[in-house]
Amino acid sequence: MSTLLDVQNVSKRFTMGGLLSRKTVEAVQDASLSLSVETPEIFTIIGESGSGKTTLARMILGLELPTSGEISFRGKTVSHRVGRQERLEFMAHVQPVFQNPFEAFNPLKRIDRYLESTARRFLKLRHRDDLDAAMDGALQKVGLSLAEARGRFPHEMSGGQLQRAAIARALIPNPSLLVADEPVSMVDASLRMSIVNLLKSLRDDLKVSVIYITHDLATAYYISNRLIIMQRGRIVEMGDARTVLDNPEHPYSRLLKASVLSTEDAGSGKLLTDPGMAERATALIRQQGKLVARADGRSVRVYDGV
Amino acid sequence: MTEDLLKVEGLKAYYQMNYFGVEREVRAVDDITMTIRKNEIYGIAGESSSGKTSFIKVLAAAIRPPMRIVAGSVKYDFKNGPIDVATAAPAQIEGVRWRHLSYIMQGSMSVLNPVRRIGRTFEDFARRPLGLSGPAYRQRVLNHLERLKLPADVLNAYPHELSGGMRQRVTIGLATVCHPEFVIADEPTTALDVVVQKEVLGLIREIQQDMGSSVVFVTHDMTVHANMADRVGIIYAGRLVEEGPTRQMFFAPKHPYTAHLVASLPRIGDTTQRPALEGRPPSLASPPNGCRFHPRCPLAIDKCRTDVPPLIQVANDHRSACWRWQDVKPLVAPQQAVMA
Repeated sequence: MSTLLDVQNVSKRFTMGGLLSRKTVEAVQDASLSLSVETPEIFTIIGESGSGKTTLARMILGLELPTSGEISFRGKTVSHRVGRQERLEFMAHVQPVFQNPFEAFNPLKRIDRYLESTARRFLKLRHRDDLDAAMDGALQKVGLSLAEARGRFPHEMSGGQLQRAAIARALIPNPSLLVADEPVSMVDASLRMSIVNLLKSLRDDLKVSVIYITHDLATAYYISNRLIIMQRGRIVEMGDARTVLDNPEHPYSRLLKASVLSTEDAGSGKLLTDPGMAERATALIRQQGKLVARADGRSVRVYDGV
Repeated sequence: MTEDLLKVEGLKAYYQMNYFGVEREVRAVDDITMTIRKNEIYGIAGESSSGKTSFIKVLAAAIRPPMRIVAGSVKYDFKNGPIDVATAAPAQIEGVRWRHLSYIMQGSMSVLNPVRRIGRTFEDFARRPLGLSGPAYRQRVLNHLERLKLPADVLNAYPHELSGGMRQRVTIGLATVCHPEFVIADEPTTALDVVVQKEVLGLIREIQQDMGSSVVFVTHDMTVHANMADRVGIIYAGRLVEEGPTRQMFFAPKHPYTAHLVASLPRIGDTTQRPALEGRPPSLASPPNGCRFHPRCPLAIDKCRTDVPPLIQVANDHRSACWRWQDVKPLVAPQQAVMA
């Protein structure tokens, strides 16, 4: 079994302020995870804003360098401080999908220009027919076609279509890993499932691994194989998605699950979360603790004296 | 006691534009008739560009060109007298704004003035409508902040010093400090995390019950409606397609669009394949003939392509605009989802 992506004890510290008032923020602390080449999976990172999930994703993409620890992709260290050739090669294997498709595309450029320049750069295609075939192939995978997308500006498409076009662009170099940072949070509820189902079919049919970043536990449960839950830069619980979400063990994971609105008791207006739950979860922020493996395959952060 | 506070009748609000001699008409609100009762939370659901924002702009009496009211009336029955905001003079509307008719805005980041302290913003909003003397005014604001579980120091803070959840609570505070009878909340929790979202929703509900006012709650997230609203109305392409008590809307929908919206919600504890609705919402500049949902509807018949279905009573307090409402089956049975 070979590893596709290996994140080893990675931390990232940001320093803010100048000489007189220096503050450091521990965005990610001691995170480890690995994905294997043989079994493509959807690996979910859950956390609220400020939990460091986006920083972790940026480090995996090589946009930020970890302060300590190492990230390697297929045995090579991930970094943007490498030669152009090597960087391009890495980018062909790991592609990002961003949160807001309306901001990811330049409103003055046509959609097909993005697809075309990606195809030119990564597939080294030069001929019109080859380019069209590559673009159409990628768009077909996401349920669009080149005929639909050609000549269209971003504002002429719906949010769901545009997000699918963004995923199509990421698929052009035939990547083995997609990093999707909250790909559905800006998409309308009725179109959300089409994106989520698409990620699922990418894993099942095209064998692409996906790192899916979200704060929506319901979609995470629906599509992911494994997940980690992050609280203020620390991984607090990690393991099989169903095992963890069916019965979360860490107080913060429990709080998250309790905060998910259910449609079960629609109309009864139950909106109170147990206040003790939130207290228990926030009380643990400052404590270091350590991840301990459990018998059912998950790891949970436990604390001294708790 | 179900007294009506708001009566909307045959409301049509169009955007009429004339660029370089080309006339364009966008029918954002097309023939909506509904009532909102005293002391209830009415949820409005619809995707982007369905006209829901235009509709609540009319309700909030914020009608500015190019939007124009083509037909219909929007009658409020406030304590200080009835008012029809579709025809009222600006001075009359000023008289009810904030005191009787209030608005919680989307995106608390851009709503608050970044260079003004929260206390000053409160003064801008509430000083004049409340009409209280200095100390009495201050006491009123402090009492209100306490109810919102905000510390009194927020009055001295700038918006950037507050967290997202606190900022959203401040905007709720601004909208409710005058104890309005009618509050419009436009996606107040869309940008918030799950934990904070639930807190803010609980707060809005609490305040609503405290003041006994009516709230129109707008969001595209059906799970929020499930937990907030007493009644839910679904807007599709500028028309109200279904409305009814929340529980019935979720477990016995009578419009295929609602049935789809409910069925597509993923749940923890259930991994069966969720259907996704294909196609896109129609353009409001050239909506399809007949029922506007027919191009995406699994139940569409020939009649749907030509005749507009009227909004008819299908059950007690439950209206639907579908020719085949009797054939609409809930796609997910209520018992199926088991929460651990």
